[in-house]
Amino acid sequence: VRCRFFDIIALQPIPKVFARFFVILFIRNRVCRVIEMQQSNCSLSSRIRQMILRCAKRANVGHIGSALSTVEILAALYWHVLRIPAPEDPQRDRFILSKGHAALALYVTLFLKKWITEKELVTYCMDDSLLGVHPDHLLRGVDFSTGSLGHGLSLGAGAALAARLSNSSRRVCVLVSDAECNAGSLWESVMFAAHHRLSNLIAVIDLNGQQALDYTERVLDLSPLSQRWRAFGWDVHEVDGHDIESISTTANELATISGPPHAIIARTIFGKGVSYMENQIKWHYWPMSDEDYRQALEETRKTLGSDR
Amino acid sequence: MRQAFMHTLTTLAKKDPRILLITGDLGYGVVDLFRKTFPDRFYNVGVAEQNMVGIATGLAEAGFLPFVYSIVPFAVLRPYEFIRNGPILHRLPVRIVGIGGGFDYGTNGLTHYGLEDIGVMRAQPDIMVIAPSDEGQTRNALLATWDMPGPIYYRLSKDETRVVPGLNGRFETGRAQVIREGKDIIFITMGSVTNEVTDAAAALSGEGISCAIVVVASLSPPPVEDLIGLLSRFRVALTVEAHYITGGLGSLVAEIVAENGLNCRLIRCGAHKTPHGEIGSQAYLRQINGLSSGELFNLALSEREKEHPCNHH
Repeated sequence: VRCRFFDIIALQPIPKVFARFFVILFIRNRVCRVIEMQQSNCSLSSRIRQMILRCAKRANVGHIGSALSTVEILAALYWHVLRIPAPEDPQRDRFILSKGHAALALYVTLFLKKWITEKELVTYCMDDSLLGVHPDHLLRGVDFSTGSLGHGLSLGAGAALAARLSNSSRRVCVLVSDAECNAGSLWESVMFAAHHRLSNLIAVIDLNGQQALDYTERVLDLSPLSQRWRAFGWDVHEVDGHDIESISTTANELATISGPPHAIIARTIFGKGVSYMENQIKWHYWPMSDEDYRQALEETRKTLGSDR
Repeated sequence: MRQAFMHTLTTLAKKDPRILLITGDLGYGVVDLFRKTFPDRFYNVGVAEQNMVGIATGLAEAGFLPFVYSIVPFAVLRPYEFIRNGPILHRLPVRIVGIGGGFDYGTNGLTHYGLEDIGVMRAQPDIMVIAPSDEGQTRNALLATWDMPGPIYYRLSKDETRVVPGLNGRFETGRAQVIREGKDIIFITMGSVTNEVTDAAAALSGEGISCAIVVVASLSPPPVEDLIGLLSRFRVALTVEAHYITGGLGSLVAEIVAENGLNCRLIRCGAHKTPHGEIGSQAYLRQINGLSSGELFNLALSEREKEHPCNHH
């Protein structure tokens, strides 16, 4: 698209060039921006999904469904919300993957952000790798080691309090699984953050409705989840967890200077993008067979667009 | 020890703005000095010890030096996994301050006793474990360690009054302090129960038995070299701790004796069983667990007799 603009511009006399240039630019921005963003978001999530599948197949491990449900959330946060000039910047926004078992989606994200190398990424679950099933803070771009459910939000509350005590405008974002809302420790942190009005703390709850052994409503019913968080004093928003733009817009409109902490309840589909994994309990732990893998690659290409 | 600790901490906080004090709704009358001096650096997080340790981890990652405060079982056992996956795993300078230990909270019952805290904390290689014996040692232990990298667990007795004779507040990480020289039996002790040992040793000297006493406040890193040197000179050693006999000081000394092939018989004094339905004062609980000066005196006499049956008078 861009090349065509420059071709047209190059053939015009100078004053006309400028006039046309600005008109075209204006129209292009207004009309094409939304389409382009949708296209790039779509190809971004497709790319993340395919890389998750490749790494999971190479390592022959599970937790694929959990990783797939977080793809758009991570894409929204890392490409449109979090301010991270470099993973070493002390003033960076902090991100905590409290649902540590979705680490593979985070590794792929960190790779696409160019914070870890392909050489590192391919060591996923190999001996002497920093990339395990759950994230390790020694890996570049990982702020906290997680994996024990119900831990991450307390780390986030401390990080948010630290930002306030340091008069920093940095924010802290914690990606929490719905099953983590079973844990009493999570609600300790929920109460603390509300009491101290940690407005710079954002919890994104990946509401995929599943946990390791069963559907959340059959294990320990969480509903009405929004009302519960709201009753504890949080500012609660509900979004489609597979709509990058909706997640980004919601997160970027939050008041993070003062007021209550924020919860974004992101309704997702466990195993999103791979038909036979969607909403299936077994894909919490199950690794893919060769046939599964071929089909998964094909579907993530077909349904979400390809950028091979 | 609590008052000495809080006083020293407040003094340190005046020169280091990183220091924060976070309590799990405990420390009535103890935390006041810090709270009044630094109202903005004091947090009562409520009865929520997991979150207390979690937020301390988040604060420490951002450069703060948080001290979290509760009674031993609530500071150590309830949030143990948060300590492990937080400050230990991330190598962050969170300080866990456990009050009580042993039978300090006597009439409160087992829920408030600290009988395995040293054991479970010592099992973690990357946390310093410090259990001072009196106020002077508490002060110096804090002054020597507050600034160190990585997490630290301080086990502080409620006892505010008694001073351990011969200790003069000495403390050094990875070292033990000899507070009494002797040649027949060596007592190895930690915490406020040390006073029972000094009383027993005085009484034993009246019976012609010369007892050495060594205080171990630095449980981790342990004073291995010091203990090898001392234990090599004795045939009988008694460890004395207000703790289960497994995992704590007695286990530490047993490891050193065994691993270094020392020719020294070890008797571990401490709680041998779960105190089901045992309620009473600290003095009473020490006595029924063989930790009172009288019980230690009797035990040392009989152990001495086993070594020298002919000399008994």
